[in-house]
Amino acid sequence: MPQHNLTKQKRGISTLAKIIVVTSGKGGVGKTTSSAAISSGLAMRGKKTAVIDFDIGLRNLDLIMNCERRVVYDFVNVINGEATLRQALIKDKRCPNLFILPASQTRDKDALSQEGVEKVLLELAEDGFDFIICDSPAGIEHGAFMALYFADAAIVVANPEVSSVRDSDRILGILQSKSRAAEQGKTVEEMLLLTRYNPERVAKGEMLGVEDVEEILATKLLGVIPESETVLKASNQGTPVIHDEDSPAGQAYADAVSRLLGEEVEHRFIAVEQKGLFSRLFRRSA
Amino acid sequence: MRIFDYFRNTKKETASIAKERLQIIVAHERSQRNQPDYLPKLQQELLAVIRKYVEIEQDDVDVQIDKNGDCSVLELNITLPG
Repeated sequence: MPQHNLTKQKRGISTLAKIIVVTSGKGGVGKTTSSAAISSGLAMRGKKTAVIDFDIGLRNLDLIMNCERRVVYDFVNVINGEATLRQALIKDKRCPNLFILPASQTRDKDALSQEGVEKVLLELAEDGFDFIICDSPAGIEHGAFMALYFADAAIVVANPEVSSVRDSDRILGILQSKSRAAEQGKTVEEMLLLTRYNPERVAKGEMLGVEDVEEILATKLLGVIPESETVLKASNQGTPVIHDEDSPAGQAYADAVSRLLGEEVEHRFIAVEQKGLFSRLFRRSA
Repeated sequence: MRIFDYFRNTKKETASIAKERLQIIVAHERSQRNQPDYLPKLQQELLAVIRKYVEIEQDDVDVQIDKNGDCSVLELNITLPG
């Protein structure tokens, strides 16, 4: 019923759920890894969370979250009315509050209509979801645009490396001009998540430091995820790295989730860790 | 320590080169943002007109629009040789 829909839309999605896009412009910087970790983290903190893969034709969130064999219906099926949202949502096996909406593997990316995306987001919001995480594809084409259009907040994932930082700035520009919030004269809350950070290389002057990237992008820092072997191990197994509580990367994601929930947590893993015989001897003598 | 510092400074750290390059390109790209679509064409045509009289390069014409409340200012900056 059109009348009914209109009143729903007037109420707005954002008053019910917080929509967060995880985006970067550049590929391979850790958008899906971060989407998986952060959505899991929010669910572990008791928030009812949905995570949507917007990478139509190249879905991978299902693999990172170990539900690739449970995909029956997808995002495009729901948009086209071929399945209900309830049928398409996959319940995470680890977190009872977490649901995954996989991307379609076969359709072309234009299948994501603006009205269709809005309909799905609205239904999730009305279903009582607290957070909706939109895992954006790389690039600045239709899929990426749809992932960010309805966002209340954006997590811009960047590596401390020139092409990634430049593309992040590009995406920030798009958020500030092309998102629905921007069209309505509002702003999208922007947050920077620096991944694959190597404090040793920063100390040697071989890698951009966190302050450098913050200064260039002029964006609030959500977190710094240290480069860690555990990230690949986690994706090998399909266990979001935040579940690895012993891993610095997992701990850094948990901190980022706390900040997302408004808590003040000091940044860790930015400085070089004191370890090894030499540094221990040095510390003892000092 | 002094000696180490000396050797360090002779070769500039690559991270600071990266930072400088990024600051320049990002500032440039930001200035291009939200400019009207007709601006590049306007710049080309202005360049063609001026070239009838003075030989100048592409970079010598800088066209920008600044918004001040409800009015916009078209700013032309043309550098002439000599």
